[in-house]
Formats: sequence, structure tokens, C-alpha cells
Amino acid sequence: MHLDHTHSGPAALSADAHRPDGSHRALRIGLGGPVGSGKTATVAALCRALRDELSLAVVTNDIYTREDAEFLLREAVLPPERITAVETGACPHTAIRDDISANLEAVEDLEDAVGPLDLILVESGGDNLTATFSKGLVDAQIFVIDVAGGDDIPRKGGPGVTTADLLVVNKTDLAPYVGSDLARMAADAKDQRAELPVVFQSLRRERGVADVAAWVRERLAAWTA
Amino acid sequence: MTATGVRADARIVARADGRGGTALPVLDGDGPLALRRTRSAGCEARVMVVGAMSGPLGGDRFSLTASVTEGARLHVGSAAATLALPGQAKGEARYDVRLDVADDAELHWLPEQLISARGSDLHVTTRAELAAGARLVLREEQVLGRAGEEPGRLTSRLTVRIAGRAVLDQELACGPGAPGGWDGPAGLAGHRAVGQLVVVRPEFAGHPVEPQLLDECTALIPLAGPAALVSAVAPDALRLRRLLDASLASLDGRT
Amino acid sequence: MARAALLVLADGRFPAGGHAHSGGAEAAVKAGRITSAANLEDFCRGRLHTAGLVAGALAAAAVLGVDPGDLDAAADARTPSPALRTAARRLGRQLMRAARAGWPCDELDALARRFPKGAHQPVVLGLAARAAGLGPDDAAYCAAYESVSGPATAAVRLLSLDPFDATGVLARLAPELDRVAVTAVEAARRVPDEGVDALPAASGPLLEVGAEWHAAWPVRLFAS
Repeated sequence: MHLDHTHSGPAALSADAHRPDGSHRALRIGLGGPVGSGKTATVAALCRALRDELSLAVVTNDIYTREDAEFLLREAVLPPERITAVETGACPHTAIRDDISANLEAVEDLEDAVGPLDLILVESGGDNLTATFSKGLVDAQIFVIDVAGGDDIPRKGGPGVTTADLLVVNKTDLAPYVGSDLARMAADAKDQRAELPVVFQSLRRERGVADVAAWVRERLAAWTA
Repeated sequence: MTATGVRADARIVARADGRGGTALPVLDGDGPLALRRTRSAGCEARVMVVGAMSGPLGGDRFSLTASVTEGARLHVGSAAATLALPGQAKGEARYDVRLDVADDAELHWLPEQLISARGSDLHVTTRAELAAGARLVLREEQVLGRAGEEPGRLTSRLTVRIAGRAVLDQELACGPGAPGGWDGPAGLAGHRAVGQLVVVRPEFAGHPVEPQLLDECTALIPLAGPAALVSAVAPDALRLRRLLDASLASLDGRT
Repeated sequence: MARAALLVLADGRFPAGGHAHSGGAEAAVKAGRITSAANLEDFCRGRLHTAGLVAGALAAAAVLGVDPGDLDAAADARTPSPALRTAARRLGRQLMRAARAGWPCDELDALARRFPKGAHQPVVLGLAARAAGLGPDDAAYCAAYESVSGPATAAVRLLSLDPFDATGVLARLAPELDRVAVTAVEAARRVPDEGVDALPAASGPLLEVGAEWHAAWPVRLFAS
């Protein structure tokens, strides 16, 4: 990273904390997790919770291009120019881990176009339990699973469940209907993750995304400190 | 026919006549490239290429140049399709077209199809050099073989430059001996007619055309400059012409 | 400088964005023109002798020191489809990032500054090869190979094609790839004297039109 504010170099290579003009770039938080666990709904709820206090933008990575981006556009959680879709060639995990170049362009272009930004949420396409974000792309990652996907997912572990900076167990309101044991999920998650935090959430209940939003605010405070 | 092939050169110069019309101070051509002036339409001069013999054959060398100077308007068509045939002379035939259009001048270059007959080997180059304020409508159609016939070998390169900068440079190679895959799913996929319609208008610089798909094998696209291209692939010459005519009509309706 | 840098540059896992592009295969599959390993091979052969040859010559010319701006304009003229021009620039920008990480140098930085939204990918590829100390033939090989490896990989995903069949397609194209690379380098060597008109301009009509058709789909797996 270079801090020479007088010299405008070519674009940053990857995770540099500063933009070519020397300014501090936005915090980038990745949201991954299996298909249907509620990543896009969590992103939408986060946008609604944070958009009045922060300047934020979203990058989506779809399996079929643009579907998640179009959901966010329809829901009007942010102005359209703050939402970008990255096309992933049927391999969403590749685009967030092995070859992050398209996502880096997307976050840099968003900062250039609508910046300065405080926060960029990068949503992965629904994938499997092994998909994690590269550190070259995001500063922190949230892994979203849901109770309907089976209460043994925390026990099974996998890189997402084990190493994500925040594990979100979503759709807790469905637990009684699908026979998921929330206490067991919490205990298994604790075993797998030690001190790393876990949030149980239901976007249908009043508290909604508040805990995840609070965690994001903490990360942002640490990033800008 | 000689063993070295025929050489034919034709030249057209169009100039504003000072009374709102276009004069043709040079109209040179004979044999396979005989030229006739036909009835003018408004301020536009019209020329027809009337091939007095079929051609080009193997070993023939044809060249045609048209120069449209400032303020002039020229329309060039042909009386019939050009048929590339095998000849007794060895080697490929060549047909080179050079078109120059000055500022505030307009050329409509709308010849009939080029048909590549079985056993022929023809290399065509078409090079249009335009000033920044020039206007052009250029149509090229290649038909691979007469009805039900295998095509000959055809290589056709089309270059359009505006103010010295190439906005289109593309070569089509097809027929026996052409690089592999020419008739496959990336090339013509069994289609036997292929065409290009290039339209250059200075106003495209500020208002480029929107890409538009006319059918699955025909697209109207903005080039990297004040120009648009209709690129079309069709089963036969008739359907190709319909697609190109419809595209031109939609472009004319636009302004 | 090490010749083995070519292996790094040509590796399918080189993080330069290629995985999201099908090289026209997705459109050809949907149109019913690619259905099997046999017509995948014909598709790849056609792409090799058109887009592959042009890309190889552009890349080789960039290694030889031809002005990248002239080459970029030549690439524009040889890419009528605006969807393909956009894809080529995006891939060029992505490759630039990987190249600057791999072989940092002033020449790549200068190109990144001159084309912040990306130069055509083969031009960047040529300058990356040059930065890695590779020759024009290396760059031509790399560009020509990418012109067929991308669609072959995509077809495996799109048609659930047997990956061994797709590998067989690439292996069978190797002798033609050799010839295309030689032709590309010969053309590139003429550019210093004759200008960029000496570069090949071979085109596949259905590649260009198919790219426009593909770009208009609301739902697709690949970016191009």
C-alpha cells in the first residue's frame, strides 16, 4: 500500500486499505452460505437497517446472473447505482475465493461511481458449506445457515461454519416446524468456533437483523479507528 | 481467356457540380467492369456496374475505385450478381475495391451478391477511407455456391476507416481450403449466405445505435466509432437480402 | 527470466477472470449448435482460426513492443460486437491486476493508467508476457490456447459433457494451435514495418452475432 497522497497510481491490486488517491477505502464484508439460507434477505435487511447512517453498496454473485441483484432492486433497499452484479460462470465460489478479480473490479467501481463509501456488502451465490471468501476480497465474512437446512450443520463444520467471523443461524421461527434443536445448534457451533460469535435470527420477528447490524457497526468502528 | 487471366480496372470520381447535383468527371471501365451512368435521383449521381462478361475467373485481377469528393453524392449498384468461377489460369482471382469519401460527401455502395461457384478461388478486399464528415452505406453479400452447389474458396476482407482510424476490419474465409471450422458452429454453421451492411453517419458519434437483434443470426451493432454494422448470416441469398433491407429501413426510420 | 513463466500465465487457474466467460459456447449451446464433443471440436477449431489467431497476433505484437494503444484500436476494429469489446476490456482489466501482482513493472503500471477500464485482453496478455520475459511466440500460444480452452471448459459445465472428451478435443487441436501461433507471430513481426493492418482480421460471423444474442438474455451462466 502506498500513502503518497500526491501521486495517483494505477488501481490497487487487491486488499490494500487505501485507494489510488490515498483515501481510506470502504470496509468490505462478505456474506456466504448455502442456497436458500437467507443471504439475500439478510443483505436486504442490513441495507434497510444501515442505509440512513452509512454510505453503503452491495455486490451480488449469482449462479444465474443478476437474479439476486434484481431482487434487491425490486425491493428498493438501495438506489440501483449502489447495487452491482458479478457474473460467475456457474462457479460462484471461484469468484469469491480463487479468482476474485471480477469482484475486486466491482467494489472498486462502486467506490469510484458512488463513493466515498463506508461499507460494501459482497454476497456470494448460494453454494455449499466449503465456500469462503478470500482475504484479498473482504475484510470480514458472515456465514449464513438456516435451521431448515438441518440442525446438524454446525456439528458437521466446514470452513464456512468454522472460520467465518460471524455465523448467522437464520429462520429460527421455523425451528419448531422442522424439528431443529436450537440449543444443540448453539452448543455445536460453540464447539466448532470457540470464541467466534454466533447470532440466531429470524427476520420475521421484531428484532430482525438488529444483532447482525450491531456486529457490522462494531467491525466498521474497528476499521475506521 | 488468357493463361495469365484478365486485368480490369474501373474508376469513378464524383464531384459536386455546383448546381446542387453531382457530376462524374471520371467514369472509366470496360469489359467485366463496364460502367453506365443511370438516371440520377435528386442530387445523387447513379452508376451501374454492368459486367460484359462473367468473372472473375482464376488468375483475374479486378480493381474498382470510387472517389466521392466534398459535397457530392454517389450511388453505385450492379446489374447482376458477380459470379466467381474457376479459370484456366493458375492461382486465385483478386477483386480489390477502394472507396474514398470526403467530408460532406455520401456514397451508397450497394452491389448485388458475390457468388462463389464450385472450384473458384477469389480474394476480395474492400477498403473504405472516409473523412470525419463523410457518410456511407455499404452492403456486401457473399453467397456460397449456386443453388445446391458446393462453394468455391472465398476470402473477403472489409476495412472501414474514418479519419484514419479503422472502425471495422474483418475477414471472412470460407470454402474448401479455408482454415478449419469455417462452416462449424463458430463460423457459418451450414448457412450459405452471409452479409454485412455498414452505415457511417457523423451523428452516430453523439448518438450511437443501440445493439439490436433482428433474428438469432442477425444483429445491428454500433462499431467503435460513428458507424453501425448489420452482420447477418442466412440460409440463402433471398432471406439475407430481406434481413439487410429491413435493417437499413429501421436505421433510416431512426433519423 | 524464466520460460516457465508461460505455465503460470497459461494456467487455467490464473486468477484473471476467464472462468466466468464461455467464449461464445453458451450461446452456441442454446442455439443447438454445440451438442456433443464432436461439434464442440468444430466450434473450437473455428474459434481458434478466427478469434484465436487475431488474439495471438495482437499478443505477439505487444511483446514485440508495438504501441498498446494502436493494438487496442486494432482490436476494436476486429471486434464488431460491442458485447465482445466490453468482455475483452473487462478481461483485460482483470488480467492486468494478476499480471501486476506477478510481474510488477512500470510498463504494466503505465498501461493500467492509460486504460483504467481495461485494454483488450490480448494486448494486456502480450504486455504481461513481455513483463515476464517471454517471447512473442509464447504470448501467441497462450492467447490461441485460451481461445479454445475457455469454451471447452464451459461446455463441460453447460452440457455435463464428459471432461475427458473435452480434454481430448483440446489435445486434438494442438497441431493446429501450433500453426496458428506461427501465423500469428509472422503477422506480428510485420507490424513494425506495415502497421497494424498487417495483423489478421479473421472473423466468425456467428461468434459476433451470437455474442449480441447472449448479452441480451436476462438469465445466463456466463458473462460472455
